[in-house]
Amino acid sequence: MAMNVPLSWLRAYVDVDIPVDQLAHRLTMAGIEVGGVEQIGGWTNCYVGHVLDVGPHPNADRLRLCTVDIGEERLQVVCGAPNVAEQQKIAFAKVGATLFNTHSGKVEPLKAAKIRGVTSEGMICSVLELGIGEEHDGILVLPDDAPMGMPLAEYLGDTVLELEVTANRPDCFSVLGVAREVAAFSGTQVAEPDAAYPEDGPPIEEQAAVEIADPELCARYTGALLTGISIGPSPEWLRERLTRAGQRPINNIVDVTNYVMLETGQPLHAFDFDKVADRRIIVRQARAGEKHVTLDGVERELAPPMVVIADPEKAVGLGGVMGGANTEVTEETRTILLESASFHPFNTRRTADELKLRTEASLRFEKGWRQGLPPVGLRRAMKLMMEVAGGVAAKGIIDVYPDRPEAQTITLTAERMQKVLGVTVPMAEAARTLTSLGIACRLVGDDALVAEPPPWRADITIEDDLVEEVVRVIGYDDVPTAPLAAPIPLSTPDPAQSVKEEVRDLLASIGMQEIITYSMVSERALELAFRGAEPPAPPMRAFNPISLEHECLRTSLRPGLLRTLAANQRHEGVPQWYFEVGKEFIFYGEGLPNERQKAAGVLSGPGAQASWATSEATTGFYDAKGVLESLCDRLGVAPSFEPLDDPFYYPGRAAAVTADGERIGELGEVHPEALDAFDVRGEGAVYFEVDLAALTAAVPQAERRFRGPSVYPEALRDLALVVGMDVPASRVQEIIEQHPLVVRTTLFDVYAGEQVGAGVRSLAYRVSLQAQDRTLTAEEVQRTMDRLLSRLERELGAVQRQG
Amino acid sequence: MTTAPEILGTLHNIRTVAVAELDGVEDDATLEAWRIAYLGRREGRLTLIMRTMASLDAEERRSVGVQANDVKALLESQFEAKSEELKAAKLAQSAKEGRLDVTLPGRRPALGRLHPITQTMREITRAFISMGFQVVEGPEVELDHYNFGMLNIPKGHPARDMFDTLWLDHTNPDGERELLLRTHTSPMQARIMEATQPPVRVVVPGRVYRFEATDATHEWHFTQVEGLAVDEGITFANLKGTLYEFARLLFGPERRVRFRCDFFPFVEPGVDMSIDCFSCDGAGAPDCRICRGSGWIEIMGAGMVHPRVLDMSGIDHTQYTGFAFGMGVERIAMLKHGIDDIRYFYSNDARFLRQF
Ligand SMILES: [Zn+2]
Repeated sequence: MAMNVPLSWLRAYVDVDIPVDQLAHRLTMAGIEVGGVEQIGGWTNCYVGHVLDVGPHPNADRLRLCTVDIGEERLQVVCGAPNVAEQQKIAFAKVGATLFNTHSGKVEPLKAAKIRGVTSEGMICSVLELGIGEEHDGILVLPDDAPMGMPLAEYLGDTVLELEVTANRPDCFSVLGVAREVAAFSGTQVAEPDAAYPEDGPPIEEQAAVEIADPELCARYTGALLTGISIGPSPEWLRERLTRAGQRPINNIVDVTNYVMLETGQPLHAFDFDKVADRRIIVRQARAGEKHVTLDGVERELAPPMVVIADPEKAVGLGGVMGGANTEVTEETRTILLESASFHPFNTRRTADELKLRTEASLRFEKGWRQGLPPVGLRRAMKLMMEVAGGVAAKGIIDVYPDRPEAQTITLTAERMQKVLGVTVPMAEAARTLTSLGIACRLVGDDALVAEPPPWRADITIEDDLVEEVVRVIGYDDVPTAPLAAPIPLSTPDPAQSVKEEVRDLLASIGMQEIITYSMVSERALELAFRGAEPPAPPMRAFNPISLEHECLRTSLRPGLLRTLAANQRHEGVPQWYFEVGKEFIFYGEGLPNERQKAAGVLSGPGAQASWATSEATTGFYDAKGVLESLCDRLGVAPSFEPLDDPFYYPGRAAAVTADGERIGELGEVHPEALDAFDVRGEGAVYFEVDLAALTAAVPQAERRFRGPSVYPEALRDLALVVGMDVPASRVQEIIEQHPLVVRTTLFDVYAGEQVGAGVRSLAYRVSLQAQDRTLTAEEVQRTMDRLLSRLERELGAVQRQG
Repeated sequence: MTTAPEILGTLHNIRTVAVAELDGVEDDATLEAWRIAYLGRREGRLTLIMRTMASLDAEERRSVGVQANDVKALLESQFEAKSEELKAAKLAQSAKEGRLDVTLPGRRPALGRLHPITQTMREITRAFISMGFQVVEGPEVELDHYNFGMLNIPKGHPARDMFDTLWLDHTNPDGERELLLRTHTSPMQARIMEATQPPVRVVVPGRVYRFEATDATHEWHFTQVEGLAVDEGITFANLKGTLYEFARLLFGPERRVRFRCDFFPFVEPGVDMSIDCFSCDGAGAPDCRICRGSGWIEIMGAGMVHPRVLDMSGIDHTQYTGFAFGMGVERIAMLKHGIDDIRYFYSNDARFLRQF
C-alpha cells in the first residue's frame, strides 16, 4: 500500500535538514521505500498577490475588474470568481505562466487577453488551474500573512513523498510514523501534536453508553462526545494538507477524522449522535442477512462474523470499514460521537474482501492489532474538531477495553546484538536510536536495556525486533562483511539430482533444445494427450485457476512439448528436437501428490539443421530410440525395448523401455490424430519419456572398472541371416553377443522384400572377434562363426543368407 | 659366359637409358613401371645384370660390383627424387583444382542448448556450491502449514497479502483447503530444519507460483533459489560475506553490494540486497534502463532466520542462529542478458531459446 506524505506536513513534527533525495534514500535504506517524489508547484511567473480593489467590469455583469499588487508592479486583471474580494491574498499568474487551462483541458502558457474589451494582464488562480486540487468554484484564497510578491513556488510549492510501506509497518501509513523515522536517523525527537482540549460538558457517561458484545473482534472502543458544533468547510490549511496527501476535503468534522487518521494512523469515525437510538452503541456481529446502507450509499447484505456498530434498533456502521448512511454527519448535525476503536485485523480484512469495500480504515486495521492507539487518535481529533467546528466536549471519554493486556517490556542485551549482527553496538547508542523512534527504553547496566514498544508499533514483540530497529537506522554498512567460517557440513549428495543434470547435458549434447513449459495445463489438453488411455490419476485442479488454459496440474509432459513443437513450426519449420525435464503431479487423494520427475522429448525432422551439406532425412522411431540408447549408454544403464500398446502412439511403433526388469520409460511415433489435436504439422514426430527416479535406480552404484584393450588383433566377419519377421532383432544380437569371443556387433543392414521372400527379413551383422590372450587363428574364427550360426538356427530358425 | 667389359658396357648402357627414360616420366604408374623395369627385385634389368656377375672371378666381381652398386645407388636416388617431384606436382595440381570456398557454411554436428533458466540456475547454484552449500529440492505442491505457518505467517497474517496464492481444489478431512502451489521456495527451510539439526548449509532451486496477472515483469510461474545456513555463531556479517561473494561470482569482481531494511515474516532482521548497476557502473545514469537511474539493482531478499521459525522447526534459537535468502532466477537472467519481458521464458520460442 502506498502512502503520500507531503514534506510540508512532515515538517510540522520534525526538522528535515537534508535535501529531498537524501531524505528519500535514508528512508528507503531504513525500510520505508520511497517509490517516487512528486514536486508540487514549480510554477513560474506566479506570485502571492494582494487584491487592492475589485470593481465592476464595464461590459459584463458577472465579471469583475481587479487591481492586484505583486510588489514590483500593479496589474489589472479580469476575474469571474464569485469569491474574489478586496484585501485578499491570492495566487496571481502573470502572462507566460504555465497553468492548467480549464477550457482546453491542457497545461499551457497563459496568454495576454482582452476579455469583453478589457485587457487582462494575468489571472487570479483556482486550485484546479494551479494543479493542486480539483475545485474550480472560486479562486484560491491564501492566508492573510502570505508575503506579497513572493514567488508562488516558494510559498505554496511542496514535495510529496510516495512511500511503499511494508505489511509490518502500519505506523508508517501515518505522517507521524514517518516523522519518527526521520527523527531517528537525524538524531532528533518528534514534536508530538497537541491533543489537549477543554472538557466543559457534563460527564460523558451520563450522555452515552458503549458496549462491546464480542471483544475478540473489537478489542477496544473509545468514544468522545462533542455538542453544539457547526458544520462547514475546513480551513484552507486543513483542506490543503488533505489534498496533498491525496484525500478529498468534505466538511470540517469528516476532514478532521481523515486528517488525524493520516497523522496518527488511527482510523476514526464521527456519528451524528442525535440519530443514534437510545444514545447507546453496541459493537456486535452482524446477523445473517442483515442489511445496512454504508456511507457510499450502497445497501450491503451482511453476515457474521462481520462487525457492526449498532444502536439498540439498527446498525449504524460497519466496524473497521465504513460508517453508515443513517448516522452520517450532515450540515444539520449538532452533536457527534467520535469513535476510535480497535478491530480484529483478519476479520476486518475478510469483511472488506467479502464486501469488496477496502477503505483507508480497513487497510490500517488489517495490518495488525494496535490496541494502544485509539485514545491517542481520539484526543487529537477532539482537539482539532473543537478548533475547526467549535462545540463543547463532554467530560472524559468512553474507553471500553475488556481484555486489557499487561504492559509489555522487552529486554535487549549487547550479547544478543553481537550474536545476531556480528558487531558490537554500544547500548547507549542503541537506546538513543530506539528513543528517537518513539520506543521508550532505559539502560540496565552497560550491557542491556529494557524497552517498551509504543502503541503504534505492534510489530515489535521480541528482542530481535529491537536488534533490527537499531541496525536499520544505524545502517547495514556498519555491519562487517565476513565469510562463513564454520566447517562445511557433511552431506550426502542426492543421486537423482546429479542424474537429472547429467540427463539435461546429454540431451543437449545430442542436439536437443531444452524447453520449460507451464506445470499447469487445461484438462482438455491432458485428454488429448492420453487419447483414452487410463491416466495415472485424475489431475489436481486449481481452486482459483489463472485461466482455463492452466486449470490442472499436468499429469503428463506431452501437451507442453507438442504445443511448443507446433508453435515453433509456425516460424521455424522442421527440424526441431525439444526436451523438457519437469514434474508430473500424480495425486492419490491424500497427503501430497507424487511429483514425478521426467525427462521427455519430441523429435521432428532430422536432428542436424538442414543445409547444403546434408541430405534430407526423416525422423522416426529409431532416432528417438538412438537418443535413449546413447543416454542409457552414457549412464551405464542397459535398456530393453518391448512393443508398447498406447493410443498416444502410432500402432505398432512404440516401445516400453525397461532396465533390470523395471520400466524406466517409453517412446514411439506420435499418433497422427494426436499430432492433429496439437496442430503439429509435417512428417510426424517421435516422443520419448524417461522417469528419472527409475533411471537413477538403474544407474550402477559401483564405479566402472577399467579393462585394458586386447593387444591381439580383431577378426571381422560378416554374418547375413534370414529370420522370421516375428523374431526380434534384439534377440539375434543378444545371442551373438553372448559368445565370449565376440567383442562388438554392428547391425549394418536390414532388408525385407522380394529377394528374401515373404514373412522373413534379412539382418546383416558385422561381428568382431577377439581374445584377450592370443591371436585367433582362422580356423578358430571360422569355428566360432559356425557355432553362432547353428545356435541362431536352432533357437531362432535363422538361416545364412545366400548370395 | 659374360665378360667383365661386357657387363660394364651393359651397366653403362642401362644407366644412360634409365636416366633418360626417368626424365620423361610424368605419373606414378609410369614411375612404378620404370622402377620394376630397372630396379625390380626379380626381373629388373639391374638385378638381372648383377646376377650375371656370378660367372666372374673374384677380382673382377669386386670391381664390377662396385660399379654396379654405384649405378644402383644412382638410379635409386634418382627414383626417390622423381617420386618426390611427382608428389609435389600432384599436390600442387590438386591444391589448384580442389580449392575450397572457405566461406561456405560448415557441416555442424547437432548441438542442443539448455534453457536460459537452467543455465542461470546452474550459475547461481554453482556459486553457492563453491561456498559449501548443498543443493536440495522440495515439493511444488505444499501444505499451508509449510508454505506459511512454519514461516511465521499464520492464517490471517497480513503478510499473506505478499503472496497471492494459487490454491488447489482439495480439502482435507476437516474440510480445510490446505494444499497450494508453493509461493516461494522458503517452505524447504522449515522442512530441512525439521529433518536435520545444524549445521545446515543448503540451496533450494525450484519452481514457484503466484496467483498473479502476467505482464512484462510478472509471471504466475517462475523460479527461485532459496538458501539457508544455520549453525552456532552465524551472524549477519556472515550473511553479508556470503551474498557479497555470490554477487561477485555472478556479476563480476568489481561489484559493490548494498543492504537495506525490508520485511519478510520469516527473518529478523530482514533486508534486501542490491548490487551497483553493472550497466551504468553504479553511476545511476538517468537514462539507464537497468537501474532506472538509481545506480542500484535489487537482487534478492535475505535476513537472519526468525527465532520463532527456528523454534517451530525444533532448533533452539538461543543456541543457533542462521541466515536465509531467496532470489528470482528469471530476474537475474533478465538482468544478465538484457531480456525485457519475463514472458519470453515460458513462450519457448525457438528464436528466443537459440540465443543462449
Ligand atoms: Zn544503471
